[in-house]
Amino acid sequence: MKITRDEIVHVADLARLELDEKFINKFAGQIGDILEYVDTLGRIDTKGVVPTSHAISLINAFREDVLEKHLDRDLALANAPEKEDGNFIVPKVIG
Amino acid sequence: MEFEPVIGLEIHAQLKTNTKIFCGCSTSFGAPPNTHTCPVCLGMPGVLPVLNKKVVEYTIRMAIATNCKVERRSRWARKNYFYPDLPKGYQISQYELPVAQFGYIDIETDGSRKRIGITRIHMEEDAGKLTHDPDRPFSMVDFNRTGVPLIEIVSEPDIRSPEEAGAYLRQLHSIVRYIGISDGNMEEGSFRCDANISIRPKGAERLGTRSELKNLNSFKHVEKALYYEINRQKEIIIDGGRVVQETRLWNPDKNITTSMRSKEEAHDYRYFPDPDLLPLVVDNEWIDALKKTLPELPDRKKNRFISEFNLPSSDAEIMSSSRELADYFEECIKEFPKPKQVSNWIMGELLGLLNAEGKTIDRSPISSSNLARLLKLIDKGIISGKIAKTVFEDMANTGRHPEEIVEKKGLVQVTDVSAIEEVVSQILADNLKEVEGYRKGKKKLIGFFVGQVMKETKGKANPKIVNEILKDKLAE
Repeated sequence: MKITRDEIVHVADLARLELDEKFINKFAGQIGDILEYVDTLGRIDTKGVVPTSHAISLINAFREDVLEKHLDRDLALANAPEKEDGNFIVPKVIG
Repeated sequence: MEFEPVIGLEIHAQLKTNTKIFCGCSTSFGAPPNTHTCPVCLGMPGVLPVLNKKVVEYTIRMAIATNCKVERRSRWARKNYFYPDLPKGYQISQYELPVAQFGYIDIETDGSRKRIGITRIHMEEDAGKLTHDPDRPFSMVDFNRTGVPLIEIVSEPDIRSPEEAGAYLRQLHSIVRYIGISDGNMEEGSFRCDANISIRPKGAERLGTRSELKNLNSFKHVEKALYYEINRQKEIIIDGGRVVQETRLWNPDKNITTSMRSKEEAHDYRYFPDPDLLPLVVDNEWIDALKKTLPELPDRKKNRFISEFNLPSSDAEIMSSSRELADYFEECIKEFPKPKQVSNWIMGELLGLLNAEGKTIDRSPISSSNLARLLKLIDKGIISGKIAKTVFEDMANTGRHPEEIVEKKGLVQVTDVSAIEEVVSQILADNLKEVEGYRKGKKKLIGFFVGQVMKETKGKANPKIVNEILKDKLAE
């Protein structure tokens, strides 16, 4: 499967990656190769095989609705580049 | 050209669990920022979310209450997008295989019933809370709400007017509270509504282009925003323009909607099955066990109030609007079995009082038993309906029994015929001109005489006896 230049730009945009022209073409080629390799799976006969979403066959892992200990707030904020009054600080976002 | 709106609602209800959906952090509202967090809800690398069983149980209760098919197998999906209130860079939700589908509820507007389809109900985690600094170029992030369990209830586009949207929303709100899965508090955001709305020429098959309305955080806002949006779309079409598909934000201060983002900027969420969470399998035994825990639902209760107590539909609707109010009503008629009189007093005096004080029925200063006792006093002719209203006010202020108030204040109705006759004679003697007028045919003056007698007796004379005596004496 070939991937187009526009698709690379779109995916990069979704992942918040800034790519210059040189990389766009380079990645288009590399990602195209990867997708082509994955496409070999499409050649397998899967007639009668139910689609699956998980590699293991377990189901239903639950926890009871019981309160556990919270993280100390200083610890929760320890990696925040900026903090104020117990909040994480981020560049202004609206909308 | 006549247009008809086509409306579908997406409702998010916060589930009333103690802990979050995938970790043991508290869900309680109003804690200092970032004190209800742990590595799981903060989205630290390498953590493993584990599903809260109560979230599944509450969701199945809702599915049963809205006549949905509970899917035997459902699964979790990652909805990918970047926003600072979402620490993992994705929201855990359900996409392709939701837990429940194909339901409906019945609503009533202007006395006619209508069935509104429910497309699906799915579970998901809430995001954090952002506060924007008005003066400085940054926003503050609080992750306490991150991971609080939500259900999203998506309706079919079956709704055709803002009133129907309001009725549908109120009905769902009433159901979540009846079955005890959400407190439905709209101000605190535990019950939120988005609306999809388009218009088309009446009778047309094809749907128009829709806009999605956000920030509809009260019943009133939902109806107002929909009215605004219908008119906005109508004007565009009449002027020969085209409605663009976009997300619009309701501004309750200005009563308008404004564009938030157009479809070109619409998100591409790249949903995929979450490998951290196992598929959910719900068997019939579990569903049946949960079915048994459900109380009588508002719609059924309303119909029972109509058939069992002969209440008019509008009264039954109000009496069944919340479980607490319905219980109050039923407790009251146990002691005073005249349902229509009870509903009259609840709808008029009691709800008037509670609304004025901003209270709900469970905070009523007048107990159901005391209201029943007051109605008994009227019924037995001990006090008049008019006096009862002042006794009611006194009960609300002091919390005392009606009998005590009536006795202490000497409000017992005068039914002694000779005592009333005496007052009537005096009134007639003092108002000879009016007596003459009445006898010449101005029969409406009877109201004047009754008023005078009541004034003289401070409202305590039995009105029926007063009328009889007046008519007798005036006929002489």
